[in-house]
Formats: sequence, C-alpha cells, structure tokens
Amino acid sequence: MDLKNIPHTLPRFSATFDPHTLAEIRRAAATGIYDIRGGGTKRKLPHFDDLLFLGASVSRYPLEGYREKCATDVWLGTRFAKKPIHLKIPVTIAGMSFGALSGQAKEALGRGASLAGTSTTTGDGGMTSEERGQSQTLVYQYLPSRYGMNPDDLRKADAIEVVIGQGAKPGGGGMLLGQKISDRVAQMRNLPMGIDQRSACRHPDWTGPDDLEIKIEELREITDWEKPIYVKVGATRPYYDVALAVKSGADVVVLDGMQGGTAATQDVFIEHVGIPILAAIRPAVQALQDLGMHRKVQLIVSGGIRNGADVAKALALGADAVAIGTAALVALGDNDPALEAEYQALGSTAGAYDDWQEGRDPAGITTQDPVLAARLDPVAAGRRLANYLAVLTLEAQTIARACGKSHLHNLEPEDLVALTMEAAAMARVPLAGTDWVPGNPQGF
Amino acid sequence: MPVVNLAETAKRELNAQLHALSVDTNETHWRVENPQGQHALAAGLNVPVTVEIAGHAGYYCAGMNSQATVVIEGNAGVGVAENMMSGKVHVKGDASQSAGATAHGGLLVIDGDASARCGISMKGIDIVVKGSIGPMSAFMAQSGTLVVLGDAGDALGDSIYEARLFVRGEVKSLGADCVEKEMRAEHRDLLHKLLEAAGADAGVDEFRRYGSARGLYNFHVDNASAY
Ligand SMILES: Cc1cc2nc3c(=O)[nH]c(=O)nc-3n(C[C@H](O)[C@H](O)[C@H](O)COP(=O)(O)O)c2cc1C
Repeated sequence: MDLKNIPHTLPRFSATFDPHTLAEIRRAAATGIYDIRGGGTKRKLPHFDDLLFLGASVSRYPLEGYREKCATDVWLGTRFAKKPIHLKIPVTIAGMSFGALSGQAKEALGRGASLAGTSTTTGDGGMTSEERGQSQTLVYQYLPSRYGMNPDDLRKADAIEVVIGQGAKPGGGGMLLGQKISDRVAQMRNLPMGIDQRSACRHPDWTGPDDLEIKIEELREITDWEKPIYVKVGATRPYYDVALAVKSGADVVVLDGMQGGTAATQDVFIEHVGIPILAAIRPAVQALQDLGMHRKVQLIVSGGIRNGADVAKALALGADAVAIGTAALVALGDNDPALEAEYQALGSTAGAYDDWQEGRDPAGITTQDPVLAARLDPVAAGRRLANYLAVLTLEAQTIARACGKSHLHNLEPEDLVALTMEAAAMARVPLAGTDWVPGNPQGF
Repeated sequence: MPVVNLAETAKRELNAQLHALSVDTNETHWRVENPQGQHALAAGLNVPVTVEIAGHAGYYCAGMNSQATVVIEGNAGVGVAENMMSGKVHVKGDASQSAGATAHGGLLVIDGDASARCGISMKGIDIVVKGSIGPMSAFMAQSGTLVVLGDAGDALGDSIYEARLFVRGEVKSLGADCVEKEMRAEHRDLLHKLLEAAGADAGVDEFRRYGSARGLYNFHVDNASAY
C-alpha cells in the first residue's frame, strides 16, 4: 500500500466539546471562578419566531391600514389601586438598576419612555433623581436586597413592583462587582466602596404566599392603597406562581422568561435555569382565566422582546403588555458597531459584548465610570428609544389590523399558528397547516 | 389624646388618620385599643407623634417608620419596624422574626426576646434586645448596631458587612465571615449610649463585640467553601 497517498480525514470539532465549551473549560481551569456576564440566554431557544400570524382571509376581514383605528393603550392596576396607570402603548421599560446602568442611561430611559407614553422601572439600588425627574410613570422595585428602599421614594413612585425573581436567574440574588461600586452607588446601597456586592435571593421579612399577601397589604397601607402593586417572577412554574401572586393580592403580574437580560449573573445560571417566555405565557394566562382574573389582574411578559411581531404575539397569547430591557439598551446605543475598535480592545466585538459587570462599557451605558458615562447623551439616546418604541407599536398595529383587530388586546391565540412542534406545544396553537395542538391543553 | 378602638374602627381608617397628620400637628399622642394582632398597624408614619398600641400587633407594625415613636404594649409579629428610617419603636413583649429588617435608622427596643433573623440586612438602625435572639440574626447586616442582653442563636452575623454586634450572653455559633472583635473605647462609648437610650440595665464590660472579618468582600476561589 502506498502509505503516502492515504487520504486524511479532516480535523473534526466535537459537537459536544465545541470550541466555546473548550474555551470555557480552559478559562475555568485558569481562574477557578465561574463566568459572570450580562445579557440574556445566548443559545437558540423556542421563541416568538416560531409563531406566525394567519392574517385575514375570506372568513375574516382586515382593518384598513392607515385609516381604521387600532388602539394600543393599556390600564395597569385596576384591581385594587386607587390610582391605576394608563399607558399609551403596551410596551414598558423593565427594571434595570442604577449601579448596573449609569445615571445617564437611567435618564435616557426615562426620557424615551415618557416621549412614547410608557413607564420605566427602577431596579436593585433604588430610585435616582435622574430617572424620577424624567420618567412620567415610574415603577419602584421592591427587591430582596432593599438597597435604597425608603418610604419617601415609595410615595413618589407611580407603582410598586415586588420582585421575587427574574428570568435570567430565577432563584438567584443579584451581584454587582466591585468595579461598579462607585462612591454614589456605595452610598445608595449603604455598602463599603469597591466590594463585590451580593444581594439576597430571598426577601428578608417574608417567605411564601401567605406572608406575601401580608407584605402587599403593608405596602398598600403605607401608600394608602393608591398605587398598583406588581409582582415580578422569573418563568419557572408560571401557572402556580401567577395563581399565588393573584391570591396574594397583586394588581399586575410581571413574568420574565429565561431569555431576559441581567446586569451580571453566572453564565451557567443564565443558560440553564428557567423556561423560555414562549412556554410560560399560556400557563400564566390559564391561571388567570381559571381564577376569573384575566384582564382584571394584568399580565406583563418579558424576555427577548425585539420587534412589533414579538409584541403582537405576546399579546395574542394573552398578555396585557410586554417589558423590554436588552432591546431598550440597544436602542440607547449598546453594542453599537461604531464602537468596534473599543469592543475589540476589550476582547469582544460589537453585538457580542456582555462583560457589563466590569463597568468598562464604551457606550457609557453599563458603567459607573464618569468619563465613559458622559459619552451617552441622555437627550439623543432618549429620542432613539422613543423612535424604537414607536416602531414596535406601529409594527404590532400593522399585524393587528391585518388580523382585523381594532385594539392590540383583541389579538388572540386563534390568530396564530406554530412553525415547529415545540412551539405548537408551548404556545398551544396548531402546527401551521394542521389543526393539531400537541399535548393536553388542560394538563399543566 | 385621640383613642382609636380597632374593635370599632378599621385599621385602614387608623392608618389613614395617622398619615394625614402634618408635622406640626397638635394630636401628638395616640392610643390604639384592641389591636387584636392586626397587620401593618401604624405603618408608614412620617411625623413625630407617639402611638401606643394597647396589646399585640401582627406583621410589620410600624413598618418604614419615620420620626414617630410607636410603643407596642404586647408582642409584635414578623418584621416589626422593618425598614424604619428614624424614630423609635418599643416592643414591651417579644418580637417575631425579622425584627428591624433592612432598617436604615431609628431605635428599636425589644424588652423580651426576638426570634430568627433579627436585624437581617440592617442598614443603619440601632436595635437593643433585652432578652435573647434567634438564629441567622444580623444576616448580611450592612450597618448600624445590634445589642443583645441575652443569648444569640446559630449563625450570628452570617455574611455581615459593617454592622456592629454586641452580645452579653452566649453566641451559639457565628456565621460566615463574622468574628469576635476587640472592644475599644469607641465601642464602649457607643454601647453605653445605646443601653442608656434603651433603658437597659447592663454593664458595658459584660458584652463581647462581633463584626465582619471582611474576608468575603471580594470573591476569591479559596474562600468558596465559606459560602
Ligand atoms: C442591565 C440590566 C439590569 C437589570 N436589572 C434588574 C433589576 O435590578 N431588577 C430586576 O427585576 N430585573 C433586572 N433586569 C431584568 C429586566 O428587568 C428584564 O426582566 C429583562 O431585561 C427582560 O428581558 P430582555 O432583556 O430580553 O428584554 C436587568 C436587566 C438588564 C439587561
């Protein structure tokens, strides 16, 4: 045999031990610490892209594109609050902490949301004057850490959101690494400067739904029953969590899927805990319907909302509104290719930069460095966010009109089909071209 | 002196009346009868008045208190004086879990015992417990001072930040990163003032001081087993 001419097999990468996995093993071996990063799940998951709208046909007729009205407003907190919130659009800005974000970024979110007629939400770390000053409707988060929590800010808020979990890390607490604990952040959180701040994963003064009910009552008593009270949960067991939130007296439930962004969490947590928002909405809506509370207790969903189609699909599955985090940051200027050279210098690339915990964000958004933060012009960035919110709304209206709906809330599961069996099972809509919905619709 | 009888008046009405008071009100001394263990009594006060509760209170009594003095002439449920900003809360009986949780300021005095998690995540409050406290007290305590005349349960001061702990009796065990520390003059001074403010009859030198070893402030792999 001619040994020289034996064909070689091509080098082949393992699908199991792919280059990313190998790099992570080497990184872990070198450092002894898990990978911490910002952002949401990066692997592909069943998502809204796996659903399609049917649009009008012979059996249903559409609304005229630019003439016939398709309303977009939403009321939140109509169950118990004396002063429920009325938003022009069903897209809210999710809670993102000052500390994770710069003061300028918080201000820009407030400006953009106010222009668009929607709300912003504080975060772990308390309320800043920048955000309260610019945000017409501000939701104040009540988190396990209670950093910066105080009754004056509580009374200044338009709504209160009791955070039990987030989609990126259901069951996990917060973390803000020393690099981002500036003087101001340390002072607001009552911590020494420069330490790695751990925030608790459980509330310090209540456990379980019976206590939560009493806690919500306390918050209502303190604020004289004026403000809507939201309860935010990460998507894990949505049927039961939503039912218990309703039982505990919530006005609004916020349900955050595993794609939801975070400021800083272990990668293993982001990628492996929780369920995609697509799988969580129907059980949540079912819980509301079983309790006779659908549309009475409003449902806000989040986790990977990017465009008006996502908004329309979430609403069609039964949500009252959506919340956006990551997309809002991108609209402000996060991961902008114009900053490519600087992302390269940080060992990343525009579109993939997620080391938000380090506080070196060249876009000036996820940082506490005053020089970097000053790069973000809150007025211009707020304008970009308002434009983006307008596009989300117009896109959702376009789809709704095509389905013959005069309000985004009239979209319904019957307007949808699924491209994959997974999506059909999760969203409980038929596989496209069939009348087959996998699974037992009753069996959560 | 306004007297509100909760056997006849709803708690909502009581709290609404207290919230409506202005800083210079003449109605500075209130008495609440038949509290019947109701929750969130006198929560969210924001003026320098005194409210006496003639009996037991439920959860979150005097929650988020600012400026007011609230006296509970019985036992208090979970989270008494939680997130207090200023003022004074005095429990004449025992307190349940999470007394003074996350509170930023003011003085909480408990004549009896306090259950688990007393002073959890405290952020500046001073707490004096004349009896003993339960396990996991001062968990993640950030700042402020906790004084215990009796004993402390397991895992005192676990993951503590800069809060100062003084215990006269026995400490069953210390939590992660909590250590006994030297009592210097400034600590004796602080302790003396707090004992006096709380009307507690104890000598400064009978106490030991505990606080953070600050070993977990920045994550290091060799400390992983401490978590
Ligand atoms: C930078 C950043 C900071 C966040 N901080 C908080 C927070 O303080 N509290 C909270 O409940 N959720 C926080 N979140 C999660 C968001 O509220 C929201 O659930 C999530 O971003 C929604 O998913 P999306 O990013 O895919 O839109 C944060 C998210 C980001 C991206």
